[in-house]
Amino acid sequence: MSLVLYRIDDRLIHGQVVVGWGQPLDIGFIVLVDDEVAVSEWEQELYRMGVPPEMDVYFHGAQDAPAALAQYRTDPRPGILVTGDIATMRHLVDNAAVDDVNVGGVHFRAGRVQRLRYVFLSPAEEDELRDLAAHGARVSAQDVPGARPIPLDELLAGVGR
Amino acid sequence: MNSAQHEAVSPRAIVAGHGDFAAGLVSAVEQITGRGSLFIPVAVQRLALQEIEQLLRSSMLDAGVRVIFTDLQAGSCTMAARRILRGMDDAVLVAGANLPTLLDFAFADAGSPAQAARHAAERGRGAIAVYEAAP
Repeated sequence: MSLVLYRIDDRLIHGQVVVGWGQPLDIGFIVLVDDEVAVSEWEQELYRMGVPPEMDVYFHGAQDAPAALAQYRTDPRPGILVTGDIATMRHLVDNAAVDDVNVGGVHFRAGRVQRLRYVFLSPAEEDELRDLAAHGARVSAQDVPGARPIPLDELLAGVGR
Repeated sequence: MNSAQHEAVSPRAIVAGHGDFAAGLVSAVEQITGRGSLFIPVAVQRLALQEIEQLLRSSMLDAGVRVIFTDLQAGSCTMAARRILRGMDDAVLVAGANLPTLLDFAFADAGSPAQAARHAAERGRGAIAVYEAAP
């Protein structure tokens, strides 16, 4: 089955990922690409304890993730890859042939404007998303499987719907 | 007037979770017991992980409480609360809380907050039941 979802989510592994997507897609593993978590055993244990025992969690930094993705793509189980920011996903688009990006959650912070209920973006982040698309990735926003995927142009035109 | 009917109670715990989970549970506690003010509901819908942690931490410190109830093991509030516990030795987290959990905690007038939280967790766990129609 390989990786079935490449998701940008600043909450990393949480309820929407584990339950919202994990159950309907019958997810067997999650790949978290995050430089801070990748060097912290304590953080990794925190995330492992939050998922069901039958679900594996693997951790990588941005630099070593592209090489590791080849192995995950041959895994017979369906899996989800999560990055905490757009820049890390951009690295994977450029270096690991990620061609379909799900914007699942970028939350409020000073300098960001609300585009959707669950997406707040700074002007620089909007440019980063445009870059993802310019580099060949299909970009859409969708927090949970039952929601309508919102294409990038519609996302960037959003005013907090 | 019965003084118990208008008993003023100070907050003893934070409640946090997905959507309106916290506000809903606290309003249910208030309706059943009149002790909803024991709990501070915290909503985190717009916030990223770091901001959730900051909000929960400041809510706990401002109110002087050391107990936090969350809804889901894998949830962002639980993750944030576990980070808070790392630097707050006397704090207690109960993940997977339900209404019976909070009701038990609301009436725990003796013992430490940690003891009350453990007792409430057991009560909440045991309050789940399945009834099937008789053939």
